[in-house]
Amino acid sequence: MSNPAPAEVDRPDIDEVVEPDIPWIVLVWNDPINLMSYVTFVLQKLFGYDLEKATQLMLDVHHKGRAVVASGNREKCELDVFRLHEHGLWATMQHDT
Amino acid sequence: MALFDNRRVRRTRKGDFEVRLSADERDLLRSVAPQLRSLLDGDLDDPGLRRLFPAAYAHDAELDAEYQAMVRDDLADRRRASVEILVDTVDATRLDEEQLLAWMGAVNDLRLVLGTRLDVSEDMDLVPDPGDPDAGLLSLYGYLGYLLETLIEAVNN
Repeated sequence: MSNPAPAEVDRPDIDEVVEPDIPWIVLVWNDPINLMSYVTFVLQKLFGYDLEKATQLMLDVHHKGRAVVASGNREKCELDVFRLHEHGLWATMQHDT
Repeated sequence: MALFDNRRVRRTRKGDFEVRLSADERDLLRSVAPQLRSLLDGDLDDPGLRRLFPAAYAHDAELDAEYQAMVRDDLADRRRASVEILVDTVDATRLDEEQLLAWMGAVNDLRLVLGTRLDVSEDMDLVPDPGDPDAGLLSLYGYLGYLLETLIEAVNN
């Protein structure tokens, strides 16, 4: 695919445009290795969700491919992602758009 | 009721856990746990370990590099600590909750590494074809899943 656009385009610096207080969300993604019971257990252990809530999130991960399991500022979300990674879950974070 | 209780890992009234695994199972764990430990002592960028150190920022390489620099050693240390507990208590008939959680972590890490190596998929038949060169690894993967379920059931009880 060719690109006829001029080489110099005046683009805003993305970093400066993003508002610092836009909330972040933590996502857990479906993966073929982690057991359903294990994902449910980890969500209960890390976030204090009751069995019903943790099971629903696990089923969302399983059927929809991902679920938002937590949200907040960047520091909090990074810590949540770290704890999920510590427990072997496939977690990422992104701006809540 | 206790007479018919055939759960192999179960919470006792005191709050710790009784572990009744066979000698063969303990031998298996004794042989695979140090293998995970040597992987963790090796190159953490090994693609075979990628499920142990996932990206936090899927769409931002710069932020993710910062995250990895911040947490990778800590994640590896915590994983090593869990394997160490599994190795040290592999013959134990009683585990406290912290030790049981360490077993869970190490067993799940082993599954992540094995599952990555075997490139498992969700609908994969875990009963291996005897001629499959991965038959041994698949059996091990299946066993570790079964053991993990047993541990989860015990801790949830």
